[in-house]
Amino acid sequence: MDELERAIINRLQGGFPLAARPFAAAAAELGTDEATLIEKLRAMLASGTLTRFGPMYDAERLGGAFTLCAMSVPADDLERVVALVNAHAEVAHNYERAHRFNVWFVLATAARAQIPQVIAAIEGETGYRVLDLPREQEYFIDLRLSA
Amino acid sequence: MNATDEAIVRATQAGLPLVPEPWRAVARAAGVSQDELLARVSAMLADGRMRRIGAVPNHYALGYTANAMTVWDVDDEAVDELGEQVGALAFVSHCYRRPRRLPAWPYNLFAMVHGRSRAETEVRMAEIRAVLGAALRASDVLYSTRILKKTGLRLA
Repeated sequence: MDELERAIINRLQGGFPLAARPFAAAAAELGTDEATLIEKLRAMLASGTLTRFGPMYDAERLGGAFTLCAMSVPADDLERVVALVNAHAEVAHNYERAHRFNVWFVLATAARAQIPQVIAAIEGETGYRVLDLPREQEYFIDLRLSA
Repeated sequence: MNATDEAIVRATQAGLPLVPEPWRAVARAAGVSQDELLARVSAMLADGRMRRIGAVPNHYALGYTANAMTVWDVDDEAVDELGEQVGALAFVSHCYRRPRRLPAWPYNLFAMVHGRSRAETEVRMAEIRAVLGAALRASDVLYSTRILKKTGLRLA
């Protein structure tokens, strides 16, 4: 990772300017120029160093509904189940975890009433139970990784 | 949320266009002037609908390979006060109370810990355990082993 990539990760996880030429303004703070910054962001997205660049939304505050789901799936059936789960557009992200409950995904829907419908569909398609674990209280949220 | 804000979310949920004037491009897509767009984005940042604007790194690409979801069964009377204390620990990135699903799932407090090694994460779990003290009944840790899908928020 070069110095500019490190600076982008350490200093550009938030605060992107609300200006006519925001990349130029951000580039000046990072000691580079607009075209170089844009090209670097493009490369970091293409290589997978960044998963995205832009606004991060709070799904619940947008008025949508949100829940964390867990499934316990045998290893020899995992790929089939993951394909069925991921096929739902409401599945925002999905992680495999080393645990009896090995499939963990987030559902994001426009309305609360859709959550049990999607869960029922996934249970029906896969044949496995889905634990519905909505957040009841948020204590803190601010993920800033350093490179 | 009004139609303009919804149009802005739709125009940016996959990310900002990597062009010299990205806000102008988003404004055009949302059907508003750039000034109106910037005012709406400021309002969404202020009220928390938008958390922040910038680069979203991939944990794994940065060497954060020991990404642990730590889960704790904490006395109901104490969980909110202790949850605030766990959330305030510098290495905890997300901290939530969620319902138990007995008997399969006894844990009501979730704390995300991102470390560069499992040893680092184990030390951090011991710190959480110290905070929870006598209110803690059981705990577990779930390391992520693979990203199966990561698309971010999509409005239907």
